[in-house]
Amino acid sequence: MRSFAFRIVTALTLATTPLLTHSITALGAPKPREVLVYSARIEKLIKPMFDAFTEKTGIEVKYFTAKEAELFERLKAEGSHTPADIFITVDAGNLWLAEQAGLLQGFDSPVITKNIPAHLRAKDNAWVGLSVRARPIMYSTERVTPSALSTYEALGAPRWRGRLCLRTSRKVYTQSLVATMIKTLGEQRTEEVVRGWIANMRRIFNSDTQMLKAVAAGQCDVTIANTYYLARLTVKDPGFPVTVFWPNQNGRGVHVNISGAGVTKHAKHRTKAIQLIEFLSSAEAQNLYADANYEYPANPAVKPNTLLLDWGEFKADTVDVAAAGALQVAAVKLCDRAGYK
Amino acid sequence: MATSEVKSVAFGLRHPKPWRPRDPWPLAAGAVALLVATPILIVVSSIATPSLDVWKHLWETQLTELIWNTLILIAGVGLGVAVLGTGLAWLVTMYRFPGRAAFEWLLILPLAMPAYVIGFVFLAIFDYAGPVQSWLRHAFGPGIWFPDVASPGGVVLVMTLVLYPYVYLLARAAFLEQSEATLEAAHALGANRRKVFWKVALPLARPSIVAGLALALMEALADFGTVAIYGFDTFTVAIYRVWFGLFDRGAATELASLLLLFTLTLYLLERSLRGRARFYQIDGKARPAIPKKLTGWKAWTASGMAGLVVGVAFLLPVAQLILWSVTAFGGPDYDSRYPVYMLNTLTLGVITAAVAVAAAVVVGYGLRLSRSRLVAAFGRIASMGYALPGSVIAVGVLVPLAFIDHSLDALLLAFWGTGSGLLLTGSMVGLVFAYLVRFLAVSCQTVEASLVKITPNMDMAGRSLGVSQGGVLWRIHLPLIRGGLCTAAILVFVDVIKEMPATLLLRPFGYETLALRVWELTSESLWQAAALPALTIVAVGILPVLILARTSVRHDETSVS
Repeated sequence: MRSFAFRIVTALTLATTPLLTHSITALGAPKPREVLVYSARIEKLIKPMFDAFTEKTGIEVKYFTAKEAELFERLKAEGSHTPADIFITVDAGNLWLAEQAGLLQGFDSPVITKNIPAHLRAKDNAWVGLSVRARPIMYSTERVTPSALSTYEALGAPRWRGRLCLRTSRKVYTQSLVATMIKTLGEQRTEEVVRGWIANMRRIFNSDTQMLKAVAAGQCDVTIANTYYLARLTVKDPGFPVTVFWPNQNGRGVHVNISGAGVTKHAKHRTKAIQLIEFLSSAEAQNLYADANYEYPANPAVKPNTLLLDWGEFKADTVDVAAAGALQVAAVKLCDRAGYK
Repeated sequence: MATSEVKSVAFGLRHPKPWRPRDPWPLAAGAVALLVATPILIVVSSIATPSLDVWKHLWETQLTELIWNTLILIAGVGLGVAVLGTGLAWLVTMYRFPGRAAFEWLLILPLAMPAYVIGFVFLAIFDYAGPVQSWLRHAFGPGIWFPDVASPGGVVLVMTLVLYPYVYLLARAAFLEQSEATLEAAHALGANRRKVFWKVALPLARPSIVAGLALALMEALADFGTVAIYGFDTFTVAIYRVWFGLFDRGAATELASLLLLFTLTLYLLERSLRGRARFYQIDGKARPAIPKKLTGWKAWTASGMAGLVVGVAFLLPVAQLILWSVTAFGGPDYDSRYPVYMLNTLTLGVITAAVAVAAAVVVGYGLRLSRSRLVAAFGRIASMGYALPGSVIAVGVLVPLAFIDHSLDALLLAFWGTGSGLLLTGSMVGLVFAYLVRFLAVSCQTVEASLVKITPNMDMAGRSLGVSQGGVLWRIHLPLIRGGLCTAAILVFVDVIKEMPATLLLRPFGYETLALRVWELTSESLWQAAALPALTIVAVGILPVLILARTSVRHDETSVS
């Protein structure tokens, strides 16, 4: 009995020791040659660029990955004590939101001005787009002729009844698409379109990959998805029976979104942080973006991955991508009203 | 034996010394409970300032569906885990059939699997584009009917398969604790095995079964991963949507409070059904019941049923994960940091398990000794965290921690000229505290389910022999409920190693775990690459489950002399 009690005490002591040592080491001063990043892009998709930067400059990049919303809350709570110098996230809406919340700071940089087009960054570079992600229509090459397709809006036509698969409106990709539609078409027209989609909807998915596989398997015939998901599937199986249709080419163009970065308001290594963002906009890093995840480069001087070139060039919607942020709430409410889950 | 309230017992408990407010145990229990309840109270306090337009929007669009779906989940999963967990526990404790010894612990294994991993694996295998349906279409033509996996039924099935071990574990422990003498007495009075089950064993095991059921239901209510994969909108889905879609964290926490209301209602319902029944087992240390040997088709049916559950809930997903790890695009996701991820995962699991069990003992014993309604209320609130989504708890913890840090920093800056920076935010202390808030229910339910079976006569005997309250706990209760403590520690451990949202938000910079690895890869639909870290979680989780299977209740029977 005594030995049982003894074991409990020992176990507790042993168990709580690392607790204290970790807290104490957390107090240690940061090493000088480093820059700290909060990233909503996962390690696999960001590490190649960081490694290249470290090799080139000798500056170590430390990163902390999490979902954008979690990073956002953490940045807010940490306030002026945040260890983060850079906030990397996907979706212009999220970048816009971080800027609105006062979490980011602008900076002047001739390099960024030269590398990144104005509509892909904030005016004062509070956030800078670093890769472009197109979200076009995709269709089954076995059951759909491309001539039947034209615009996002036309997917609401009765001919697609029961043939349309959609990504859930819980996902920011969908929310941004709908938000930019509200910006150009107005709220009323957009709601009509979305109601049309829902009338035709065969099933709603939680993942672009699963959705594209469903199109391939014949559960539905058309969908709207990000190109890099299709690229990954095509690399694995060159005969994957789904391909891209670039919609709205006679109008506003294909919906595009960005992934990007901003320097945090309380960055402790501001100069190095700017240096890293400049590097990420350079041709060298832009090629890594293009090859690591088959995204389109934000720097117009850089060519996309050859796989993407097979799908042809397209006209992209140049609506201010941050508009998506400002209209996201309206978009979510619209989807709820239209029954878009 | 289960007896109705015996007045003298309650009277006797109070007899040795009159209770005073400065009794240390209730006080300590109150303090621990209050600490843990604080983040939950912060969440609930949001109700004071409701976001009316968000509620109006929800009311007009999806609130009815949310409530309806949540009720489906509670009813479906509740019934599923109660039947499966209790049935299997009865089967393995009371009968002998081929493979019984192995099934006894194999049936616990699904616990080591994160629910959303099983959920995703099932979807990958049985969905329209998956291998099973593709083969069926190939063999029998495109018109072949197959049940829709991404349906309410699918969600209920997946959750039942993942969560039944809670009921199974606790019910099995309870059945093992029931002495042969009790069951023999029932037999001698002319009851057959079925009647013994319904009239004696089941009512006696009720606190344990209910505790398991409560844990399973709270976890189902708090689940986000699985329901999101299946497109089944429950409160958690709505919370995330309001929070990250409408950017209204206030309204999100209000929704979370509503979720707590569901839990509270369930709890009060059970309490009122339990009424004044008590579950003391006076001769708890007697011989355990002797299992009856099943023969012929009955034996094989028993093996078949247990085998089916283990196969579907554990072997099938594990096989799929192994297949994925082998065929992952670009090889499995493995690098030199994996041992570190494992070590970090283990460290967090062990620390939290120790802290959570210690806290549960303090709270449980304090509640046992105290008649204070306030302490009881805090204790109840403190164990509600399990029904809240991890992210909501994480923010509920983050906000006060950051507040303390910033205040302390400002204070030191004003007096000493140097601030303290962030001490708690992003520290192990903060993370373990968040786990405690989330998982105290697990250890509390388990410890309490053990404690209620100890008759207060023990306390009285100890106290009348001059042993202090602490001494009674240390020398009588803890050795008696050792099995329960062990179960509690392992349940918390397994929950922690699977936990993702709080870890994601609160972990120290550069501190990575296996569950985060799984999240990283699955968030980009890289499921094949995620298979390896997922398998590693299962492997790390199995180890203590095996220990549990060996040391749980059976040991106790010989422990006290």
